[in-house]
Amino acid sequence: MTAATRRALVLALPVAWMLLFFAAPFAIVLAIAFAESVEGIPPFALALNPANFALLLEDPFYAEAVLRSLRVAAVSATLCLLIGYPMALAIARAPERWREPLLLAVILPFWASFLLRITAWIGLLQDDGWINGALIGLGLLSEPLKLLYTDLAMYVGITYCYLPFMVLPLYATLVKQDPALLEAAEDLGARPWRAFLTVTLPLSLPGVVAGFLLVFIPAVGEFVIPELLGGPGAQLIGRVLWTEFFQNRDWPLAAALAVVLLLAVVLPIALFQNRAAKP
Amino acid sequence: MGRLLVPLGLGFAFLYLPILLMVVVSFNDSRMVTSLTGFSTRWYASLWSNAPLMEALFLSLRIAAVAATMATILGVLAGFALARFGRFRGRGGFAGMMAAPLVMPEVITGLSLLLLFVALEAAFGFPAGRGAGTVAIAHATFGAAYVAVVVQSRLSDMDLSLEEAAMDLGARPWRVFATITLPLIAPAVAAGWLLAFTLSLDDLVVASFVSGPGASTLPMVVFSAVRLGLTPELYALATVLIGAVGGALVLAFVVLRRRDRGASLP
Repeated sequence: MTAATRRALVLALPVAWMLLFFAAPFAIVLAIAFAESVEGIPPFALALNPANFALLLEDPFYAEAVLRSLRVAAVSATLCLLIGYPMALAIARAPERWREPLLLAVILPFWASFLLRITAWIGLLQDDGWINGALIGLGLLSEPLKLLYTDLAMYVGITYCYLPFMVLPLYATLVKQDPALLEAAEDLGARPWRAFLTVTLPLSLPGVVAGFLLVFIPAVGEFVIPELLGGPGAQLIGRVLWTEFFQNRDWPLAAALAVVLLLAVVLPIALFQNRAAKP
Repeated sequence: MGRLLVPLGLGFAFLYLPILLMVVVSFNDSRMVTSLTGFSTRWYASLWSNAPLMEALFLSLRIAAVAATMATILGVLAGFALARFGRFRGRGGFAGMMAAPLVMPEVITGLSLLLLFVALEAAFGFPAGRGAGTVAIAHATFGAAYVAVVVQSRLSDMDLSLEEAAMDLGARPWRVFATITLPLIAPAVAAGWLLAFTLSLDDLVVASFVSGPGASTLPMVVFSAVRLGLTPELYALATVLIGAVGGALVLAFVVLRRRDRGASLP
């Protein structure tokens, strides 16, 4: 057996699998996004019909859902960054034998069912929940605050679930930094804050961007957390896609929404890779 | 380091207080999840006799085991090719295709796979209907991406000299892989399998798209139960799952650490 045959044998299964179950589905989504919606099974007729995209552009409902999803994802990623950066820095600067256990402790919750961890937040945030109970018990409140089914609850939930995705890449860049650089900054008279802002932070920017994207991208399509913790009013793109597909049975419109969502996700990655490729 | 301890502690409190709350409340006697009345294990008994929930749990465990095993086979092959084949034609496209599921929003993965299964059934009559099988295929696909990343990074960190020595001594490539490479990457393969298993067990969105009538996975059942109202039973379930997963992870960590230390002794 030649080396080329061996390689082809190793590659055959994963290539075939990913072409069939990853690439082909996208081709189908794209085809259906340009199809016409009809009554029947399946509820579409293949065509080259840009009407679905035109509708998405014209009807402000869809544009608002896209913009709101992008905003929610950006805010959540920023919150993850604000909480995750000091954590990653603390772990990177901890004595070496502590780093792995601390990192494990950050990842551990991620392995436990996220859906059930979200239900813990329902118990914490509801009107007669633990947070309101504690605030009233301490005499800080007389009436319970409405926390559950608000934007705040949704942000807490998304930040809580995605925090490990932020800490890991940040830690990976921070732990590689040469401590001699900080010592040099100190020797030259920089105060700790200044040393952080001029040395540590700029050097960790690749980790910041990677962590931000790792949170931002899946959060754009996030469906479950806003559904369980967020308010009933404003809709996110994931929810809109779901409704169009399962309730309105408008498959072409749902497929067109998927294409738009994909573009909203791919553009930031493409921009980032483009910038990273430049010297 | 000193002043960083405060945000670190707060961060861990944020991560662990909700989990601690679930564990405590699961042993609480009250029907409400918001007031502590006394110790009881009755919610564990009631969980055990909740037939729909237990059925969904065992279905999800079966799907996760099958999906994780398929994902591991695919991911080891893909990770090996990406780490050891150098530059080959189509490498960029293949690497992109393997990594893309890592960042794909779940609704897109779910919708596109459902449309594929519908088209396949219309064209070839297979898969006939959707259920546990289609969910396992979907989970294997995104699980493979995670296994490939873990295996590839382990192989890239690994010293090539052992594999080269075996080849110099005349071992055939398959034998080198089976007797040298595979044992060396075994921890990464195990970690990848466990990751794919957990992701499958945890997935709600993709399963909701590609599953069919009669095949409700655990997250699907939990999701509809939560919307009807929170019960301590769900917290008991969470405690069991967290205990199992946490125990397995800590055990794996301790074993690996001891093994690494043992290996580094002269």
